[in-house]
Amino acid sequence: MRLPRLTLAMAGALALALTANSASAQKKYDEGASDTEIRIGNTNPYSGPASAYGQIGKTIEAFFKKVNDEGGINGRKVTFITYDDGYAPPKTIEMVRKLVEEDKVLLVFQTLGTPSNTAIHKYMNAKKVPQLFVATGASVWGKPTEFPWTMGWQPDYVTEGVIYAKHILANVKDPKIAVLMQNDDYGRDYLNGFKKGLGKDADKIVQVATYEVADPTVDSQIIALKNSGANTFFNITTPKFAAQAIKKAAEIGWKPAHYLNNVSSSVGAVMKPAGFESGQGILTAAYIKDPTDSQWAKDADMTAWNGFMDKYYPGGDKKSTFPAYGYAVTSTLVEVLKRAGDNLTRENIMKQAASLKAVEIPLLVPGIKVSTSPTDFYPIQSVRLSRFKGETFELFGDVLSNEAD
Amino acid sequence: MTSTVLASGTAADRSPGSLWRYRWWFLLTLLPLLLIAGGKAGLVSNFQFLQLSLMIVYSIAVLGLILLTGFNGQISLGHGAFFAVGAYTAAVLIDQAGWPFWATLPAAALACFIAGYLFGLPALRLEGHYLALATFALAVAVPQILKYRHIEPVTKGVMGINIFKSDPPFGLPLSTDQWMFLVVFAVAVLMFWLARNLLDSRTGRALIAIRDHPMAASTMGVNVARYKTVMFGISALYTGIAGALHGIIFEFVSPDSFRFELSIAILVGAVVGGIASLPGAVIGGVFVQVIEKYADALTKKISAAVHLPLELEPWLIYGVALIVLMYAMPMGIAGGVVALWRRLKGS
Repeated sequence: MRLPRLTLAMAGALALALTANSASAQKKYDEGASDTEIRIGNTNPYSGPASAYGQIGKTIEAFFKKVNDEGGINGRKVTFITYDDGYAPPKTIEMVRKLVEEDKVLLVFQTLGTPSNTAIHKYMNAKKVPQLFVATGASVWGKPTEFPWTMGWQPDYVTEGVIYAKHILANVKDPKIAVLMQNDDYGRDYLNGFKKGLGKDADKIVQVATYEVADPTVDSQIIALKNSGANTFFNITTPKFAAQAIKKAAEIGWKPAHYLNNVSSSVGAVMKPAGFESGQGILTAAYIKDPTDSQWAKDADMTAWNGFMDKYYPGGDKKSTFPAYGYAVTSTLVEVLKRAGDNLTRENIMKQAASLKAVEIPLLVPGIKVSTSPTDFYPIQSVRLSRFKGETFELFGDVLSNEAD
Repeated sequence: MTSTVLASGTAADRSPGSLWRYRWWFLLTLLPLLLIAGGKAGLVSNFQFLQLSLMIVYSIAVLGLILLTGFNGQISLGHGAFFAVGAYTAAVLIDQAGWPFWATLPAAALACFIAGYLFGLPALRLEGHYLALATFALAVAVPQILKYRHIEPVTKGVMGINIFKSDPPFGLPLSTDQWMFLVVFAVAVLMFWLARNLLDSRTGRALIAIRDHPMAASTMGVNVARYKTVMFGISALYTGIAGALHGIIFEFVSPDSFRFELSIAILVGAVVGGIASLPGAVIGGVFVQVIEKYADALTKKISAAVHLPLELEPWLIYGVALIVLMYAMPMGIAGGVVALWRRLKGS
């Protein structure tokens, strides 16, 4: 009698120990994660020439506040640490080193700017800390074999450039194209895609003008582009310069078919300062629902976003796409972290980020989903074209992808 | 530490034959060793070593400007340009010619001395504000020149140059950041020692005489033009070495590292530290690194700590600190501390 009971007790204890063991074995953490906390780092241009993008960082911060108020991610609160880098790569390096080495974040999220992210690209991959969903569409972020710790989010600039080029060839009669671009890899990426899309018609580009981020204005470039006799204008600029370019073109009476890159397609931060009159008919590619577009007035995502803005980011500009962008991209990260469950190692986070299968993310234009795989580090690869009319961008046409890739 | 040794260059300390006279050198050796020991014990992180190195680097740059403006009376708003020349000389030599990092320091020094000397020639004709404007133009022009398309194969254009880490030699058990800290510290001690000796010489007295009264100086036989141009060269040399060290410890240079704001930062560092004081250079260097880089984070922290209902602008603290400092200590922090010390002693 005694023996079986003892065996039973022992078996029970063993079973208990085993389950306890397996439960604790499931919880795995790297630096920056624990039972109660997930630390996430970020740099954003809150000051300087690209400070219009600072809204994105503030939105992310507000979004995590909302997440924490609602109980966190799998019970863990998010600590979001963000620093100003003024869109200057050297400062990004310093701040990111601080985030990784001193603040000990689990991952770096949404660092903004092509030059800034290029400057930390090697460092992040040497340190094996995820550089997730960077806020730039340069095509270099999708190279999982060389840089397994870096991933983009938005449609890459090459794809977008190809789409504009094809639209021009199909819709503009006898196009003579002028290009204004920021002189860095961001500008070059767009231009390369654009030329690729034009193919044998690349000679339709009659003039390319460049500007530096530190420049005060782009007025003289716009005058030069007008004088080239171009009837089509591809505008590769960040918000401040985009507004200047649109305004100046209208002032001097230049009315080309105007294609504006997506990174400046914000009504609040670009079209309004440029003057709504000046921007009529401008074309851009969109993948995020524009908050000013009346067709989303009763949309569930948009209602939720409006509620979020009122409660967590009351100072934010509800006419700008940047807070909408921040909302969508942070939702994507939250989804990844949720899926990572209790295994919050950097490796598992990259694994989860690379196995999103047609995931629906709030505020993305219908028909556009987030998809990744271990060989595909480009989460969003489709856009729809939209045209500025009145005081808002209106979507038209089908969902477009760059079938070349 | 460096500051005190240079401040106390008075004859009273120099009792010959006594170990006492070496006390500052002793302290100067002990300090980095203590810090390294702290690093080994995990008290000082690699990131903090980088921060310390940057403070020292900016101190050398500020020292360059203090020599020129504080002791020779020539105003420069363009020292960021020489900083850039030094940084790019080092980076290009490492990246394209495969030089070891230490060999690039003399090269950067020479390049900047020549650049500074040549710039000093036309600067002779310009006084006060005009010189300030001319140097300012230099600061604005240099980032643009670095982006110039035809030299892009060398400078790598706007995206900048990534340099590789220089590991500690002889298999020393140090991290790269600790090793670079030691190098930067040693270079700084050497540069400050040279500066003190320069000022403490016949040449130094001539330089100061030119600052105080150029005409009187020339009456006494000082070749004003030669001293001024050479001083411009030496000043640029100091700042250039700082630039080279910056590039090396940062492992990255780009034109945007050297926007004209850097020149302003160096000038502000010099004025805040104490424009005619060698210890002031150290304070100025710390100020440039801490306040300039962290004003934003500090503003945030303070507004969070006192639960301010309104959102503060990122640079608010920086501005307020500057205004308060200029009112409270018009001679810079070094000057202010000395004045305060005298008052306490006097009463």
